[in-house]
Amino acid sequence: MARKQVTTTDEFVKGLWRDNPVFVQVLGMCPALAVSNTAMNALAMGLATTFVLLMSGLSVSLLRNLIPREARIVCYICIIATFVTSVDYLIMALSLELHRALGAFIALIVVNCLILGRAEAFASKHNPGRALLDGLGMGVGFTLALLFIGVVREILGSGSIFGFSVFPDTFQTWTIMVLPSGGFFAMALWLLIVNWLKKRKEEAEKLTTEVLT
Amino acid sequence: MNDASHWSIFLNAALVNNFVLAYFLGICPFFGVSSRLETAVRMGGAVSFVMLVASVCAFAINLLLDFVNAPFLRIISYILVISSTVQLVEMLMKKLSPATFRAMGIYLPLITTNCAILGLALFQTNRGYDFTQSVVYSLGAGIGFALALVLMAGVREKLDLNDVPDLVKGTAAALIVAGILSMGFMGFAGLGR
Amino acid sequence: MNEPQLQPQTSAWSMYRAIVGIGVFCALIIVIVYQSTAARIADNQARFLAAAISEVLPATQSTIPVNISDDGRLQTVDESPALPVFLAYDESNILVGAVITGQGMGYQDNIRVLYAYSFDIDAITGFKILESKETPGLGDRVEIEPHFLANFEALDASLNAEGSGLQNPIVTVKQGAKTEPWQIDGITGATITSEALGDILNKSANIWVPVLERDANLIEPAQGVEE
Repeated sequence: MARKQVTTTDEFVKGLWRDNPVFVQVLGMCPALAVSNTAMNALAMGLATTFVLLMSGLSVSLLRNLIPREARIVCYICIIATFVTSVDYLIMALSLELHRALGAFIALIVVNCLILGRAEAFASKHNPGRALLDGLGMGVGFTLALLFIGVVREILGSGSIFGFSVFPDTFQTWTIMVLPSGGFFAMALWLLIVNWLKKRKEEAEKLTTEVLT
Repeated sequence: MNDASHWSIFLNAALVNNFVLAYFLGICPFFGVSSRLETAVRMGGAVSFVMLVASVCAFAINLLLDFVNAPFLRIISYILVISSTVQLVEMLMKKLSPATFRAMGIYLPLITTNCAILGLALFQTNRGYDFTQSVVYSLGAGIGFALALVLMAGVREKLDLNDVPDLVKGTAAALIVAGILSMGFMGFAGLGR
Repeated sequence: MNEPQLQPQTSAWSMYRAIVGIGVFCALIIVIVYQSTAARIADNQARFLAAAISEVLPATQSTIPVNISDDGRLQTVDESPALPVFLAYDESNILVGAVITGQGMGYQDNIRVLYAYSFDIDAITGFKILESKETPGLGDRVEIEPHFLANFEALDASLNAEGSGLQNPIVTVKQGAKTEPWQIDGITGATITSEALGDILNKSANIWVPVLERDANLIEPAQGVEE
């Protein structure tokens, strides 16, 4: 690995684009597609996941010297499940309607490979401060990705965004976009855009190195 | 408490509301394993088995939790039971069929984080299925998952042999295929009512 | 990495300490969150239910939760079961009707409905969807489409001669084909959801209306809970 000074801001920023959980690491797709049929649901899910990421990352980091290597996955799962249960009850207390809209997918945050992955790959090896930043970055990146998908699906499928109509009544909604297939297509669309942007950047870098040599 | 017929529950879980193509559960292994038909079949089989066991265990745990009035322990107990079941399946497979075990590789322990299994347990609890309904539900879900996996693998194998643009190759192509498959499965709507 | 190849096996004591420690840590957090949110959640649910009841049966001032005992009789209950049913009274403690929860499988997932039954006209007079995950723009039109909601202003649910079930089963028909008061005029494009609702109401009414008609007057209104 190159000896690069990893600044603290980098810990946060890497989750937004370079290592974006949904579009780059392709983790945590289940909720990304399931609850993103409206922008509001996507936002709520993203925030709930960020909360669990933050709290579990912090806990794992604080307890990292206590957790034995052999049983670490079980311990991580316990900790994550604890915070998922907490966020489930917090959402129920906040808004029954939102809880109903998200349904069982709140509980399913516990099997989001992203959270377990970050706990194993990062939080268990770094101090709480960095773990917090990493969790925050990944969480925000995840939320943004979910929002992108949700906004596309809501605009095309319901003609609105966060409930506000953006098209005149004559707009024929693409209902397929709010159905499961639409989730797959919207995700594919963003993945294509992300891949295209990455490719362009690689080619631009290749061109500059060729010119320099 | 839920009076849906067993046949309609089965059809619903397998086809109409297929776990992968309608509920987006089990996507990680779906895209990870579905590039080869053989592994897809094995994964489908393993997941179906784990689903059946998990469903029965979830039913039992739920009875216990209702008895001690501790609903907040549901998520944690479900996921711990599922992990243990996967460990059990892993050990059984190692003993009974080492070749299959090696072929499955990393994907077997990944079943733990397979949202489909936890999703199954949670759905059956939310809908208040009794014991036989739960068993039928898990059988339908397992078969549906395996079916979707096998279909996907078949298509992807063919796709690999063709000239796909670089940009679309890999996950993007798989997502588009999944979207089309999902549309196809929508044709089952209303079946078994 | 600079870690030595052979790591010392974690001792049984530290393993035990860790598992118990983590267990206690998790249990503590869950219990704290659960306790601190329980009151708020119960409050939310009660308010939601009260609002829904007022919507389907506006004359309601107080309600008594009831259910069917093992021998088929109507009885009051202390705790509301998953599918609550209430007898509704106005401010003079006169029985104005019953509010019943029903549920069943729709197109996507379970649908839960609340409906009001009037003893005066032997019909369903109010209807509200409590929970539904139907397709936005298609199935969820059952919640807002005016001509569909008009079905439930006086949906006939009169009993047969023996009082054992509905005289005419509630059934959903194609949009525009409604000829009888016990039929529900469906929504084209949301056939499955409309038919599912017809099924749910039919099954639920067949269970509850006979018992309510027979036993509702035997329940003492004075025990009513203020709305």
